[in-house]
Amino acid sequence: MVALAPTYGARPLAWREPSPLPGFHLAFGFTLLYVSAIILLPLAALIARPWEHGLDGFLTAILQPRTLAALKLSFVAATMAALVNVVLGLLIAWVLTRYEFPGRRVVDALVDLPFALPTAVAGIALASLYSPNGWIGGLLEPLGIKVAYTPLGVFVALLAVGLPFVVRSVQPVLQDLDAGYEEAAKTLGATAPQSFWRVVMPALAPALITGFALAFARGAGEYGSVIFIAGNMPGVSEIAPLVIVTRLEQYDYAGAASVGVAMLGLSLVALLVTNAAQVALAKRGGR
Amino acid sequence: MIRDYSRRGVLAGTGAAMAALPGFSLAAAPATLLNASYDPTREFYKDFNRLFADDWSRKTGQPVRINQSHDGSGKQARAVVDGLEADVVTLALAYDVDAIAAKGLIARNWQSRLPFNSAPYTSTIVFVVRKGNPKAIHDWIDLVKSGVKIITPNPKTSGGARWAYLAALGYATKRNGGDMTRALGFVRGLYKNVPVLDTGARGSTTTFVQRGIGDVLVAWENEAMLSIDEVGPGKLEIVRPSVSILAEPSVSVVDKVADKHGTRKLAEAYLRFLYTEGAQDLAARRHFRPRSQAVAARYAAKFPRMKLFSIDFFGGWQRAQAQNFADGGSFDKIYQPG
Repeated sequence: MVALAPTYGARPLAWREPSPLPGFHLAFGFTLLYVSAIILLPLAALIARPWEHGLDGFLTAILQPRTLAALKLSFVAATMAALVNVVLGLLIAWVLTRYEFPGRRVVDALVDLPFALPTAVAGIALASLYSPNGWIGGLLEPLGIKVAYTPLGVFVALLAVGLPFVVRSVQPVLQDLDAGYEEAAKTLGATAPQSFWRVVMPALAPALITGFALAFARGAGEYGSVIFIAGNMPGVSEIAPLVIVTRLEQYDYAGAASVGVAMLGLSLVALLVTNAAQVALAKRGGR
Repeated sequence: MIRDYSRRGVLAGTGAAMAALPGFSLAAAPATLLNASYDPTREFYKDFNRLFADDWSRKTGQPVRINQSHDGSGKQARAVVDGLEADVVTLALAYDVDAIAAKGLIARNWQSRLPFNSAPYTSTIVFVVRKGNPKAIHDWIDLVKSGVKIITPNPKTSGGARWAYLAALGYATKRNGGDMTRALGFVRGLYKNVPVLDTGARGSTTTFVQRGIGDVLVAWENEAMLSIDEVGPGKLEIVRPSVSILAEPSVSVVDKVADKHGTRKLAEAYLRFLYTEGAQDLAARRHFRPRSQAVAARYAAKFPRMKLFSIDFFGGWQRAQAQNFADGGSFDKIYQPG
């Protein structure tokens, strides 16, 4: 115990953080148990599943053109939707924290709605809005823009499910960010863009990256809201989770798990990259 | 996706508690049965269960409670394989019952245990078109015309869609004198005209009816009639092609589960009851083609005679599935470039 104490503050690989609060053993044990039961065990079961036909079986399952097209669609659409959501989510968070206006609380609550809504309901609502005979789809149709039943529809659905992740990640940071910093920058002669990019953005960047990662991860795996608006044409508008469902429907458990493992791997890489970006930013910011 | 089976545990518990109390005899404890079925039978089994429960308790004095679970046919089969304790399954196609039998939960000879291949009611695949049939669609050949948009679900995920695919393939095989290559070319042309592949039969009906996409919906006859009931007369019309497939939704006792629950007698009586006059009449009212000649005669106007071929035309479900819907099967080839 005595030996451990001096490591405090120096990135300890130690077992316990000195804390006046009791209950470390119990809390840590419960944490391990819970993380194992809820996350690690199901993941282990998934990763153990695809190998009944060996590595060959796994590779043939995921290297089919149809599967590759679906993986590409899911991950590209999720990336683009998350990027757009980072910009628009920041704007919404900004408006909600920096301005007072009637109905602000209502708008604030509305942002959470995609969390609460069953995804299938969101999907059906979007499909009926954007289909050629819907309110928005009917307006876009004469312009030659088709949203529902095209890859664009996938993107729109992912915009809707991803937005709250960005807003809710950024909003608390923005709330804590004293407007005094911006005022100080102004009095020191910074232009508005300067104070935005050099004062506000560095403080927000980690939260924005978190929001991006959450929205992306959710979007890549999203099923319920997408299948109603995607059209589900193999090779065109078929998302990766649908390929998994399709394989299950053929009693091809190993094939389904193969695609699942591929998605898991891709998501892991994406999350590692965003984590690395966050660490790099933190270093540069001296935090 | 109604899953009522949770009630079983509660009921069994209550039954046991009641039996333990003085004054309650064991006979008063209701027998329960879980029927795992597919989506479009929801309305039918709701009425049928009441009919059967009344009949059973009148004959035996034992009250009975039927719990119902509905979902896609393949999903239900998987649920039973994975441990959903359904005493009976009433699914969309024999292939799904076979899949349960392959895991040893149902005897291999299940299909010969009840009359008519264990399919007490049938349906077929028909077309639904918009009022006045503006694209003049009368038979399968009209579906491959350019500019015709067809709505039908994905055979990979929907049992009904598999029947539809095989109906088209059977028509094309007969028309081309058995030339499989040309028949598959026809089916390929047909699916090239499909702009949206929903995952289930209900999804396709919604896309066609509510979203107004497509010129023709290729669907279960029972689902077609139901959608016309829903939107009211005069908006949609049913077109019956010159030839189609005899869709035989299959039923079976799940032997392992029924024996475990001690419900075999009840489960067998339940399925046999499907073949009685009253149940057949109910099926016909719920848009399924009855097997009983007498009932069929009463509903002759509702179900016009059609030339139908059965799954045996393709050598049974196992072969049909392997050749057409497995990975790399004929359906996958449609979407391969070139």
